[in-house]
Amino acid sequence: MLFLRIGAVSFGGGMSAWIRREVVLKQGWLEDRQFLAGLALCQITPGANGVNIAIFTGSLLRGGLGACAAFFGLMAIPFVVLLVAGGVYFANQAAIRNAGLGAALAGVAAAAIGLMMANGMRLSRRNLKGVAPALITLATALAIGWFRFPLLQVLAAMVPVSLAVTWWGRRA
Amino acid sequence: MIATLIHIFLLFAGLSLLAFGGGNAIIPQMLAAIVAHGWMTGQEFLDIFAISRATPGPGTLFVILVGFQAAGMAGAMVAFIGMFAPPGILIHVMARFWHGARGSAWYGLVEAALGPIGIGLTFASALALVQATEPGWLGLAISAAAACVLAFTETHPGWVMLAGAGVMFAGS
Repeated sequence: MLFLRIGAVSFGGGMSAWIRREVVLKQGWLEDRQFLAGLALCQITPGANGVNIAIFTGSLLRGGLGACAAFFGLMAIPFVVLLVAGGVYFANQAAIRNAGLGAALAGVAAAAIGLMMANGMRLSRRNLKGVAPALITLATALAIGWFRFPLLQVLAAMVPVSLAVTWWGRRA
Repeated sequence: MIATLIHIFLLFAGLSLLAFGGGNAIIPQMLAAIVAHGWMTGQEFLDIFAISRATPGPGTLFVILVGFQAAGMAGAMVAFIGMFAPPGILIHVMARFWHGARGSAWYGLVEAALGPIGIGLTFASALALVQATEPGWLGLAISAAAACVLAFTETHPGWVMLAGAGVMFAGS
């Protein structure tokens, strides 16, 4: 039930912060240490981080049933809200554009791109230590975002490089 | 119809397992595939992306609108399952084995190596969205301003998006 509420309030992404507030600070289900370890795990496994950490928490607390409860609780309200919003958008696309609401939507999209950049900046500040990791970040961003190399190839190239750099950095 | 549903499922299930560091990582690849299939234009993609950011829930939930547009309600369900089931099952399995892996040397190494790549993927998605939509100087200014505000202050993203919509609406 708790995840139903988290799902409803987690606007604009940043869901893991909401989840931490509820699960660790308010309910005391997990300790901060456990939560952070889970968060790291959720970041190296694929998938949306907020969804992953919810499943992780549910799984830790109540096994498979808990994982399912957390997932569907989290998604139920956003799923319906977004489907309705999308339906309205596609049904009235021309009218929305004519009313200049297209511009408003473009403004939201521009701000959302800004949110993504801000996420990257915050993560960089906290996690990038030294020149080599920063170069790996830059190379990954440009290769995929600007030059449009396929994701899988870029990952296949960058993951070994980053592993080697990290290993080397720890040895030195 | 069935063929379209299978296409939708395979596309999102495949991409979902590549979404290292969160859903943003796969946006460039997803955008290209969706436009190539003719399910949506780049502009529509950006619009529903904006809508999903302005409504609650994880950012990647917008895949249900892609599915909806390609194949109706069944498409939305298939996209939802394809996008969230594979990583969800993976994280559940990982959570069960988590206690065994704790403290081992390779875990920390892998985690540290994937960090810079995850951050690079976040920036890559922002770049790809900018490239796909040619937002003009006003859009770029909104993105840059939003990035700074959100990275350096604790402003709620919802307010920033509202401001972006207002500025763009007034400027059009």
